[in-house]
This record gives sequence, structure tokens and C-alpha cells, in this order.
Amino acid sequence: MGEKMSESVSQERKISPIFLAIVLVVLLLSLLAIYQGIEAYMNNDLSSGNLFITMGITTLALLTYMVFQTRRRVLRLTAGMPMQPLITTIECPKCGMKNIRDFQRGDYIFKETEQQCPKCNEKMNIASIYREVKEKRKEAPYS
Amino acid sequence: MIMPQVLLDGFASDNVLGWIIQLAFFLVFVVFMFYGNRIQTYIMVREVEGSLIRLRLMRDEGRKIAVDTIKELGKPQGDPTARIDQFLEYFAISPVSLDPAGVIWRLEHLLDVRDVRFKDDVKLMAPQADETQTNNLENMLEAALALNIIYKVIRHYYIFGKKTLSLYIIMQLQMILPLIMREAEAYASALKAFTHGQPIGDGAGALVAAKLMRGYEKTKVEKDIVVAKVPIEGRTAYVLKAEGPGANVGKPGEAIKQIIEQNDGKISLALVIDAGLKLEGEKPGEVAEGVGVAIGGPETEKYKVEEGALKHKVPVNAIIIKEDVGDAVSPMRKEIFDAGDEAIQRIKRLILERTKEGDSIIIAGVGNTIGIGQ
Repeated sequence: MGEKMSESVSQERKISPIFLAIVLVVLLLSLLAIYQGIEAYMNNDLSSGNLFITMGITTLALLTYMVFQTRRRVLRLTAGMPMQPLITTIECPKCGMKNIRDFQRGDYIFKETEQQCPKCNEKMNIASIYREVKEKRKEAPYS
Repeated sequence: MIMPQVLLDGFASDNVLGWIIQLAFFLVFVVFMFYGNRIQTYIMVREVEGSLIRLRLMRDEGRKIAVDTIKELGKPQGDPTARIDQFLEYFAISPVSLDPAGVIWRLEHLLDVRDVRFKDDVKLMAPQADETQTNNLENMLEAALALNIIYKVIRHYYIFGKKTLSLYIIMQLQMILPLIMREAEAYASALKAFTHGQPIGDGAGALVAAKLMRGYEKTKVEKDIVVAKVPIEGRTAYVLKAEGPGANVGKPGEAIKQIIEQNDGKISLALVIDAGLKLEGEKPGEVAEGVGVAIGGPETEKYKVEEGALKHKVPVNAIIIKEDVGDAVSPMRKEIFDAGDEAIQRIKRLILERTKEGDSIIIAGVGNTIGIGQ
């Protein structure tokens, strides 16, 4: 099962031959359209030139977008599971002095740690463990 | 109308590109007319395939984490991989509900058997793990099991849909996939939290109870539940939660029922605090109150509280801390942690409003107490 992990990732990263063929054919057609457009301009046929150039450039733009989207999809699907950073707050029960550090295995809320308070030499307790999430989107108007 | 004229010129003149475009246009028209549905099915199949690959990735990573953690914490003599693979195929058959009489007790018995079996299996896989670690490993393996089941069910419908090329099977699968992917991501996140013993969003209720009972003597009652007698606003509060800091939910319903019986039903208020699912648009960590038993899961515990409360006419109130399904099984968010203090203020207000001085009350903090002591 474990060996299949990298296999599945590489399988998804592999470019499909049909997709590649479509991309190449469309690319060829769009280049042909641009060439035809240039030729039409040279023959002073402005209307045909405009049409072919517009067609060629639009197709090229759409093709580039499609390729980037496919690449993004592959990256999204094969991205690993990120570890979310957690913050542990250690507090002195006597003077209330706080110390913040990253979460370590074995930490739990209300645990008495071996760490001593630099002010009153009391053993400090873990007061909180949480993760902070930064909201990406602005507040919606309907909230 | 420049474009049709120019395209028509393609037929009339030697314009090769015009011919090609015309031909391509007719081909696309004909293909879409006869094979539109099939193309749509293929596009959907491709989308499902992508999600299936992601699910496989999550399942495999979850399994790898499980194997590594068991080797690290449990220090088994042999390789536990084969046993873990067996565990990931574990299933439980729900009791017969055709004759509903007594189904709750039969379900509870099955859940107890399952729990004992899981704990025994974890102890065999990780003999050196202490009690807290055993509980965490058990929950971690349950998350890995859930990922495996999700992957297999989706794969089943994907292959079935591909074999029959039925648009409707594929369409149903594709429509439900965003919800399934969200659930799978939540399980993957939970798996990591259980591995490291981090408090999760579901522990919001247990956190509130832990804050209230801190500094008071605790006694262990019904399966994995601790109770402390805490004086609050001149009342005696029986505050209870699952025993932490290992991953544990215990049997809060049974404990509440026992406390009601021990006090001959003289309980003026039972308050249940739990994490509740928020609706889209609501903020995580919002606190809401209502009536009823706020205990999730297979409902056996909820039933016991309802039964005990009905027998002695004990009013049951609930306070929930809102969060989404992902937050419930992911490491606890700051908003949810901070909501604990607001919930305590609400508890105090409710006690003052709904009870008299000298009364006895029950405050139950429900949820998985992983990473939360007492």
C-alpha cells in the first residue's frame, strides 16, 4: 500500500497523451491562424487579418490558461497534508507571567511543566494550546 | 457580419485554413449532438478520478503515519504493519432495528465490544505505550480506518460508474464529492492531531468543564469520566468530563444518570456543554444556548440522560460552541479556545437565573478530551 503512494502521485503528474495531442493540434491551428492573419495584412485584407489574428491570439490565450489550470489541479491533488502550527502558552500560577512557544509532543492543557518561572521560581503550567487561523477572505457583506 | 462572410470565403476560395475551421466546426457540432452526454460523463469521471487519487494519497499517508507512530511510541518487537492493515479493514455491524425495543442497549453493547477490541488490538500493536498514548493511538487508527473506508467506497462507485458509463451514477458521485473531500481532509487533519496528542475542536465542552473543576478534588466514576464537586454561586455543581489528556469521550450520559440517581433526583438543573456544528456564514467559536441533551455520536449516551431527566423531571439545558466539521477534528482554533470563557459566563448566568442558592446542579463538558487535562 505504502509503495503505491509515490506511484499514485507520479500517475497523476503524468501528462495524458490525448491531452498532449489536443494541445499540440490547437497550438498548431492557432499559429496557422496568426500566420494567415499576417499574410492577410500583407495583402491589405484588413477584415480577414483582424479575424485571424483575433482567433489565433484568443486560442493561444485559452490554451495557456488550460495548461496552467491543469498544472494547478495536479499540484492541488498531489499536495501533502500540511502540519498546522500550534502555540502553547505557559503561565506562572503565582505571578501570571506568560511564555509562548511552539507545541511539543507531550504538552496538554493544565499540565505542570518542569519549567520554572524566572520571577518567582514556581513551576509553570500550560494554560492554553491553540492554532491561529488567518482568514484569507474579507468579511462578506451578508455576515 | 464579417466573420461568416470570411468563413464562407474559405469554401469559395483556396483558403485552406477556412476549410479546416469549417470542417472542425461541423465535426464539433456532430460530435456534441450525438456524444454530448458521453463527453460530459468522461469529464465527470476525470474529476472523480482526480479526487480519488487525492483520497488514495491521504489514505496512504495516514497509514504511513500510523505505522511510524506505533513503531515510535509502542516499540513493538515485530513489524506491526500487517496488523495495522488488518485493523484498517475493521467493520462493525449495526444492530437490528426492525424490532426497535431495546435497540439502544444492543447498540451500546456492540460499541463496548468494539471499544474493548480496539484497545486490545492497540495494546498488542504498541505494548510499550502508556494509557494516554494507547488512547491517542486508538483514535489515530480510527481516523486512518475512516480514510480507508472513504477511499474504498468512492473507488467502488467510480469503478461501477466507469463500467456502466452511467451518467447518473457518476453525476451523483461528482455532486457529493466536495462534501466527502471536506470530511476526508478533516479526518486527515484529525489523524495528525491524535498522533501528537493535540487538543481538537471537539474538546470545547471538555475544556469548559476542565476550567471549572480545576483545583478541586476529582473522583473517577463511570467509564473514563471524572467528576468534581465545585461550589458555584452558592450552589453545588457536579462538574464532569472525560478523563484526559488522552483521547477519550467516556460515557457522560451514564455518569449524569448515576449522579441524578445518587441525589435521589434532587438536581435542579443539568447543563450539557458541547461543540456544535455551525452553519456556513456563522463564525467559529460562537456560543449558543438551548434546551435538550447536547451529546453527539451514536446517541446511546443522549438516551440515558433523557431517560434519567424524564424520570426525575430534571430540566436539561445545553450550551454549544459552534465550529465546522473540519475544526471539530482539527487542532483547536484560538476562537474556540477563547469561547470557553464566554461559555463559563453563560453557565453562571443560567445558574443564577434558573436555580436557587443551595441547589445541586450537573455541568457536563462533553467531547473528546485529547490534549486537555483536568
